[in-house]
Amino acid sequence: MKIEILGTGCAKCKALEEAAKQAVAQSGKFAQIEKVEDIMKIMEYNVMNTPGLVIDGKVVSTGKLLSVAEIVDLIKAS
Amino acid sequence: MWQESVNVLVYEWLKMPREERLSDALNFFIYDTVKILFLLITIIFIVTLLRSYFSTEKVREYLSKKHEYTGNLLAALFGIITPFCSCSAIPLFLGFLQARIPLGVTFSFLISAPLNNEIAIAMLFGIFGWKVTALYIGFGLLVAIVGGIIIGRVGLEKEILIEVKPIEGEIHAETQVIPFKTRLRNAKEYTLDIFRKIWLYVIIGVWVGAFIHGYVPTEFITSVAGADNPFAVPLATLLGVPMYSNAAGVMPLIEVLTSKGMLLGTSLSFMMAITALSLPEAMILKRVMSLKLIAIFFSTVTLGIIGVGYLFNAIL
Repeated sequence: MKIEILGTGCAKCKALEEAAKQAVAQSGKFAQIEKVEDIMKIMEYNVMNTPGLVIDGKVVSTGKLLSVAEIVDLIKAS
Repeated sequence: MWQESVNVLVYEWLKMPREERLSDALNFFIYDTVKILFLLITIIFIVTLLRSYFSTEKVREYLSKKHEYTGNLLAALFGIITPFCSCSAIPLFLGFLQARIPLGVTFSFLISAPLNNEIAIAMLFGIFGWKVTALYIGFGLLVAIVGGIIIGRVGLEKEILIEVKPIEGEIHAETQVIPFKTRLRNAKEYTLDIFRKIWLYVIIGVWVGAFIHGYVPTEFITSVAGADNPFAVPLATLLGVPMYSNAAGVMPLIEVLTSKGMLLGTSLSFMMAITALSLPEAMILKRVMSLKLIAIFFSTVTLGIIGVGYLFNAIL
């Protein structure tokens, strides 16, 4: 599983990366976490509100700092 | 009703003398802080909840099918109701251009959205009431539409530093189904988040306001910011620029200044400059557009805001 955090370096984006790390640990799944800061890559995902969360190439959330529990649910759902 | 309760608290329970500066200032401070904070929470919650039904993706899909002028008008209108954070200004800017939305229309949105941020709207409504809020939104729209049209006319497409690949074919935004309960919860969390960030600024703002209210003579304010000073409008606009994101703290001051003789047009210019022109946003945008374009963007908006101030002072 691959989780990407899309963000150009705002405070919320960093917070989301932290939350994603904790969520992966809690979910017990093996996942690779990557922070995407390149604006062109972010645009390829068609995301206009950062931070965005992408799981296995699919955008699951935009413009919102998700809680750890919410990310755990998203990880389990995909 | 609330004013009476504060009167009872200050004059009877605390036994402070009526008609005295200190007790008046304290009365004003308690009355204003509680009123503003209460309205702030209520309005931000309602605005956030309503906005959760609009997404930038949907707006983009809709705007990509419109031409100039109609597009400028609609982009400015959407700026009022779409959730926007200046930290997303770049992806939004590029995303609009990808969807082949004209540069001027994109700018109409970029001017309107921060102007109509939820904190400014809530503070305006809480302090000045719905009439001034409506004037603010109306004149803000005017600046966004005219500013966008001007920037579109100048032909500045080459000033964009990143090559934007247009999206092929029809642009389609997926509709997310979010249960009402989740929307309520999100709005509540967001409201509390903002509240935690700004409550201190509101209190400081009202406190300084209470001081001005009680101690600074009206004649002084009239001579500096009132009809006696023909340069009050540009002065207020320039003063507003560095105060970005502190709408919460500055609005209570504007209220006091207005009640003490600052003209309403000057106040409107001041408020718009605080919200619409932000140096941090300019720094962010510098990554995708040339300084020339940013300078044109800022000066167009500044002139628009100054124009609104003079126009309003002249009419009233």
